Amino acid sequence: MAPVLSVSDLSVRFHLHESTVTAVNGLSFTLDAGETLAVVGESGSGKSQAFMSLMGLLAKNGTATGEAMLGDVNLLALGNSALNQYRGRDIAMIFQDPMTSLNPALRIKQQLAEVLVRHKGQDQRTAERNALEMLERVGIPEPAKRAEAYPHQMSGGMRQRVMIAMALLCQPRILIADEPTTALDVTVQAQMLDLFKNLTNDFGTALVLITHDLGVVAGIADRMMVMYGGRCVEKGPTDNLFYDPRHPYTLGLLHSTPHVAKRAQRLDPIQGLPPSLEHLPQGCAFHPRCAFRFERCFVERPPLLPVEDVREKACWYQGELSYEEVA
Amino acid sequence: MLADRRIDTLAGAKAAPVVVVATKGRSLWMDAGRRFMRNRAALISLIVLLAVVVFTIVGPLLARWSIEKIDWSVMGAVLTKGNPSIATGHYFGTDEVGRDLYSRVIQGTQISLLVGIVGSLIAVLVGTIYGAIAGYFGGRLDSVMMRLVDIIYSIPYMFILILLLIIFGRSFIMLFVGIGLVSWLGMSRVVRGQTMTLRNREFVEAAVATGSKPLAVIFRHIVPNLLGIVVIYATLLIPEMILLESFISFLGLGVQEPNTSLGALISEGARTMQYGTIWQLAFPLAFFVVILFTFFFVGDGLRDALDPKDR
Amino acid sequence: MQASVKNTRDEDLIKVEDLSKYFSIGGGLFTKPLQLKALQDISFTVKRGETLGIVGESGCGKSTLGRCILQLLTPERGRVLWMGQDIAALPAEEMRKHRKDLQIIFQDPLASLNPRMTVGEIIADPLRSLMPQLKAKERRDRVIRTMEAVGLLPEMINRYPHEFSGGQAQRIGIARALITEPKLIVCDEPVSALDVSIQAQILNLLADLKDQFGLTLIFISHNLSVVRHVSDRIMVLYLGRIVELAEGDDLYDDPKHPYTRALLTAVPVPDPKRARQRTIDGLVGEIPSPINQPSGCTFRTRCRYALPICAQQRPPLESTGTRMVACHRWQELELQSGA
Repeated sequence: MAPVLSVSDLSVRFHLHESTVTAVNGLSFTLDAGETLAVVGESGSGKSQAFMSLMGLLAKNGTATGEAMLGDVNLLALGNSALNQYRGRDIAMIFQDPMTSLNPALRIKQQLAEVLVRHKGQDQRTAERNALEMLERVGIPEPAKRAEAYPHQMSGGMRQRVMIAMALLCQPRILIADEPTTALDVTVQAQMLDLFKNLTNDFGTALVLITHDLGVVAGIADRMMVMYGGRCVEKGPTDNLFYDPRHPYTLGLLHSTPHVAKRAQRLDPIQGLPPSLEHLPQGCAFHPRCAFRFERCFVERPPLLPVEDVREKACWYQGELSYEEVA
Repeated sequence: MLADRRIDTLAGAKAAPVVVVATKGRSLWMDAGRRFMRNRAALISLIVLLAVVVFTIVGPLLARWSIEKIDWSVMGAVLTKGNPSIATGHYFGTDEVGRDLYSRVIQGTQISLLVGIVGSLIAVLVGTIYGAIAGYFGGRLDSVMMRLVDIIYSIPYMFILILLLIIFGRSFIMLFVGIGLVSWLGMSRVVRGQTMTLRNREFVEAAVATGSKPLAVIFRHIVPNLLGIVVIYATLLIPEMILLESFISFLGLGVQEPNTSLGALISEGARTMQYGTIWQLAFPLAFFVVILFTFFFVGDGLRDALDPKDR
Repeated sequence: MQASVKNTRDEDLIKVEDLSKYFSIGGGLFTKPLQLKALQDISFTVKRGETLGIVGESGCGKSTLGRCILQLLTPERGRVLWMGQDIAALPAEEMRKHRKDLQIIFQDPLASLNPRMTVGEIIADPLRSLMPQLKAKERRDRVIRTMEAVGLLPEMINRYPHEFSGGQAQRIGIARALITEPKLIVCDEPVSALDVSIQAQILNLLADLKDQFGLTLIFISHNLSVVRHVSDRIMVLYLGRIVELAEGDDLYDDPKHPYTRALLTAVPVPDPKRARQRTIDGLVGEIPSPINQPSGCTFRTRCRYALPICAQQRPPLESTGTRMVACHRWQELELQSGA
């Protein structure tokens, strides 16, 4: 089956007073219907900006180049009004802080109904009915009563569910969730992740989960993409990357994450700091922090190449990746 | 990495003196300064304002008439003989009594600027301290202090000022007292509000946790972070003070003759306009408007430069 | 190295008894304000040299507890015995004398540093307030030594906080807490605002500093994985009360309170196979409002093992050996471990 989204060579640049910063550089990936793709990276990796560009939500001084094919339409080539046809209807996005995404002056019912009225042309009554149904679907108890409330009257978990409901109303083919559970309590987060799993099964929605939390990734992602310095450094099925990482950054991330079941004496953090996008190192962007680097890494940037069919990595090192060796 | 070091104490009295070549930091003020410089309108206004100030200092050196000397030769024929000309030495012309307008305008500008700046300074000093203390300690002290401000605010200011001026006579001191009495009120309210916001910021909590006494917290931690707002407010207060003084002078209650202020000059000029001696209004009015505009633009520029949202 | 620190000094450094903290919300001229019970009847001890982890979700009061211990908030009831002396309701001036030994590291590194002061001034501030006898040169030397101890380049001493990244800014916060050589440091979510790889650096730094300077830590976090990693004993809070307190391993292998078990199963583990096998002990509903708390056991509204007695009577905090549990049914319930 053809992938529902196919991105090639996506680059996002921001034009500052004296320089241009490339936040995303040559990103390419595909997304199939019903699958969950996790995009992992830390601050400055470009993970959020890549998807903001697909949604046409970049800041004024940002430009995106490349191709993002939703079916046979290139999202990046569309102007704002053309993009409105697809935003919300075929591709939807939810953000970390639901409070800033919801209009504090409108009741929940109104905000949800508005989406259906605009995108699906439904009349107010039908829209409201469908909205209530969706609220129930996402697990909000007593939806009729809750829908009359204003955003500030609800808890964080509830608001996030409302956001998801709003995003799913038009049954988009793609749902992009940017750190959706970071601000939530752990028990609520577990419920939310469960919800995501059910929704992708029920609606066949493709889910892109942008996060820095590897625990969340392990829970629900089919495939994952690791980003560093604006590029993808490793990509493949989740199991493969967790149990057999091929890029030193992925290995470093795994070792930096404390595991609730094990109490290690010390974590093995990645030395150094994430790179400044304005002054990326020469050669491989990760080499200043890499325990496996050698001469080639300093001068030549490794391209993203396939490894064993299903996965790709951007690294010159071909040997065994394990910390015992280096110590 | 660190496990190799066996330092047990940070005092290290016997250790070798530490030599460090420290790099310069880029303070938030410098960032704001840079932003301000990029604002063309504000920068130009600042230059013009400075030019006016320089003019009031250097101008008198070029004057050929004092502010009170009457030029008898223009008496009775002000319209034809009292107009601006380099030859007679009356660069801005004369007023209807025959006094040199150039010197008088300079003096008027000096007075207006002085009033504005002194009024603003009083506001800054008194208002900041008052507002910071009320805002930081809160509770009853705050209630009492702020009710006092409310009471003074609610008194019809004009009335009191005019009363003062009539009772104690018109003089510089009275003018400054009158203006000083009111200028700090608004500032104290603004500072109090900001203090209450800052009080809850974590770095203030940290200051308390690291043992700072309340006054130290207020003056080392809170006030420096207030200065942005204070500077903006003060800059925008200056034109208000000038307007206030001008209004008082326009009513005839401001500085006494032979001294003059821009307000008084405008008042006279407005009166004699009908006789065709337009310069008597034009020059003081031009200076007045220029000063006000430049202060407004600079104040606006400062507000943009110091905008806390950027942080 | 760690074992030796524990054995030599086993005294109670801090002992909290029946600590309660309430907040008044709203209330006008004619309406009584609502009372938010942030903490109720908190009692526990912290031994010298250990790390006590405090974990819980929103509204559990963990941050409030940290601040009450340090008297940044004044508790309504209870005692805080610091090395034998009750500091709970000490006047501010008296409390200042103790601040040299009791410090705090905040969650948001950039918010906890005064943006108008240089790094050197920020780190030196505690010395100016608490050790005024030091001369300027001694202060500066001490600041530089502390900067080196936390991994900051001394050349940065004249820089401003906004010129640093999150992780470096947090090091500044740690340096400030460390410079008076305190005995106890309360760490309030010190790594929550940081990237994962930087988190690990800071956690390692804290562990190293603890060894080097013989610190005792109270580590507050909502992240159970992080708390597990650093703590000797862990205390679980729910709506302002202790529900369980146990050694880290015991808590994990053998949780006695249903909430603890729910928390443990909800924590995402970076292990796909394990994640798939796990049955999440899903909690129904949301955390009740701290203003209107359920009667009896406050957890009963979400607990699958609740019985009528749970609504009538609040479960007392019972202790056996090194463990404390507040549940009517803790002895009879066979809860699996958090895997």
